[in-house]
Amino acid sequence: MSFVPAQTVSEQAAVEQPVAGKAGSGKARRGRAARHKAASFAGGLLLLVLALAYVSPFLISVATSFKTTADATAHPLSLVPETVTTAAYRKLFLNSDFPLWFANSAVVTVAVTAGRVLLDSLAGYALARLPFRGRGVVYAALVAVMAVPSVVLLIPRFLVINSLQMYDSYAGLIVPLLADAAGIFIMKNFFESIPPSVEEAARMDGAGPFRVFWSVVLPMARPALITIVILSFQGSWNELSHFITASQSPELFTLTKGVAQLSAGALSQGTQYPLKLGAAVVMTVPVAVLFFVFQRRIMNTGAGAVKE
Amino acid sequence: MSGIRLPRRRRSIHSGQAAAGWLFMAPAIVLLGLFLVIPIAMALWVSVSDWGGRGNPFTGAAHFVGGRNYAELLTGDGLARRDFATSLRNNAYYVLLVVPLQTVVALGLAVLVNRKVLRGRGLARTAFYFPSVTSSVAITVVFLFLFTASGAVNRLLGYLSIEGPNWINDPRGVVHLALSAVGVDSPPAALRSPVLGLDVWDWLSGPSVAMCVFIVLAVFTTSGTFMLLFLAALQNISAEVEESAQVDGATAWQRLRHITVPMLRPTLFTVITLGLIGTWQVFDQIYTGSQGAPGKTTLTPAYLSYEASFTSQEWGRGAAIAFLLFAIIVVMTLLQRMVLRERDTGGRRPRRLRPSATAPKGGEQA
Repeated sequence: MSFVPAQTVSEQAAVEQPVAGKAGSGKARRGRAARHKAASFAGGLLLLVLALAYVSPFLISVATSFKTTADATAHPLSLVPETVTTAAYRKLFLNSDFPLWFANSAVVTVAVTAGRVLLDSLAGYALARLPFRGRGVVYAALVAVMAVPSVVLLIPRFLVINSLQMYDSYAGLIVPLLADAAGIFIMKNFFESIPPSVEEAARMDGAGPFRVFWSVVLPMARPALITIVILSFQGSWNELSHFITASQSPELFTLTKGVAQLSAGALSQGTQYPLKLGAAVVMTVPVAVLFFVFQRRIMNTGAGAVKE
Repeated sequence: MSGIRLPRRRRSIHSGQAAAGWLFMAPAIVLLGLFLVIPIAMALWVSVSDWGGRGNPFTGAAHFVGGRNYAELLTGDGLARRDFATSLRNNAYYVLLVVPLQTVVALGLAVLVNRKVLRGRGLARTAFYFPSVTSSVAITVVFLFLFTASGAVNRLLGYLSIEGPNWINDPRGVVHLALSAVGVDSPPAALRSPVLGLDVWDWLSGPSVAMCVFIVLAVFTTSGTFMLLFLAALQNISAEVEESAQVDGATAWQRLRHITVPMLRPTLFTVITLGLIGTWQVFDQIYTGSQGAPGKTTLTPAYLSYEASFTSQEWGRGAAIAFLLFAIIVVMTLLQRMVLRERDTGGRRPRRLRPSATAPKGGEQA
């Protein structure tokens, strides 16, 4: 994270010199500069207030997860627990299925991410560089498939998973998520942007298509692959609806499903807010780490998934 | 797709590549076909069948019932149509409020973060975007806590001497509330007539107080993503244009209104389209936060489709709701396309021709 070096007010005034010159009088110049200062102060204040508003739910969650239940209910706004307690986290990790959910989420996320990196780059490379009959049709189909809203597929996908006897298994959780038209699209665009001369040279040396792909092209594709990793990790870690429709046994609960159930079920049996917020905090940590590590890339491409 | 014509002497390499092409594509094609294309075909069949969740619907456990499932939702007299209409109403108000709000907030944030005079813009941008990457389940849990009757939001309102409602448990529609504030508590007889099984009066309820929590939640989590889209477009607007307008004495508001916003049209279009598609699919938050309660005022078609299938075992109806939802999303997107295109009298703007070389791109990525 880095502060953006703000342009100083005097620099700004220098840029505005011609404006003031046109306006004619020194009085107007001074008035304009003062107004500018006031405007940028107001802008800065607004930015600060908004940033605080966006961050405060997360700060409150972290603070509340270290409170007692009574404290959480009595002082919902306070950022400092009356007495700091790790009771919520101890209960989560020692006395609940939370570690199991976490492990399941990790297994699914790693498998989906690895699978997507491989499949997306293979397919993207074929679409970008390997001329085969029907490539245009495949490409058109890909675009069409991307347009289908995911919620519409909720029930249909269950029907296939059920027919393939993958319901209630890790395969049912993982394999359907490997289908990733958008990722193929990203990889195709990337491969089209790199010059073909390198591959040509390797091909002249007698390397087959897979060899060229694996040892020449793929190492060059690191930036695009990182994008796929970010999107896949975030997407599968945060996925909920697919897991709801693909499994039912408690041994296969992921974090999203488990915490959603915790939230829904516990509504009737007391609030347990520190526990729920602790769970929310812990499940946010891996994506938060990913976000801060790859922040520059995420912000530059604007490739963050749109939330529904 | 064209332009790859290799010389004759390399024919063997070419055909090797063709085989490799299919080989490389095969896993992706199988997966996409299996989990995206075939499901739609299967669901189409289920939506015109009476499958009850037992046995295989494709080998005799289900019977063809024609358009019955659709008819029950659209013209039937039962609870199915009433629930579907309720879910449409709820989601329509959600879309109506979330799409404009998230677009305006995202644009505002982008303009603010794009101002070079402000310090700490990088940090602010991080703060605005962070909610977008977190899980919808986690955020919903947090919001349920913030919006309890004696929660953080009501405490804040308390400082302003406003008594906050019991947010997530309050089924009253905000339009009904506003009307009852001016003394209108029951509808005139004219509004008692039912449309799609729901009284006109009930259609006009506005989003329930509970639904408002989800509306705020949606704006909070999506504005960061759309801010990034706007930001990328803003950085493509040449500084010269801004400066010359400034020289001509245009105020900040005039510049925003007459230069920035028109030049952002393509992005605006994208943001609204994505917003429409996304907001009609709201599911995770409802599943986590309310399951349609209170009084079915947070029921959405996506959640209803899930509930009909997995809870009530009415798979035909669930699939039919999914297809109707699909149709709504397609129609909405086309409609929005038409409306925005018609108003675009300036013709097409070739984006590539914009003088982006002078745009202040470098040196300001945090």
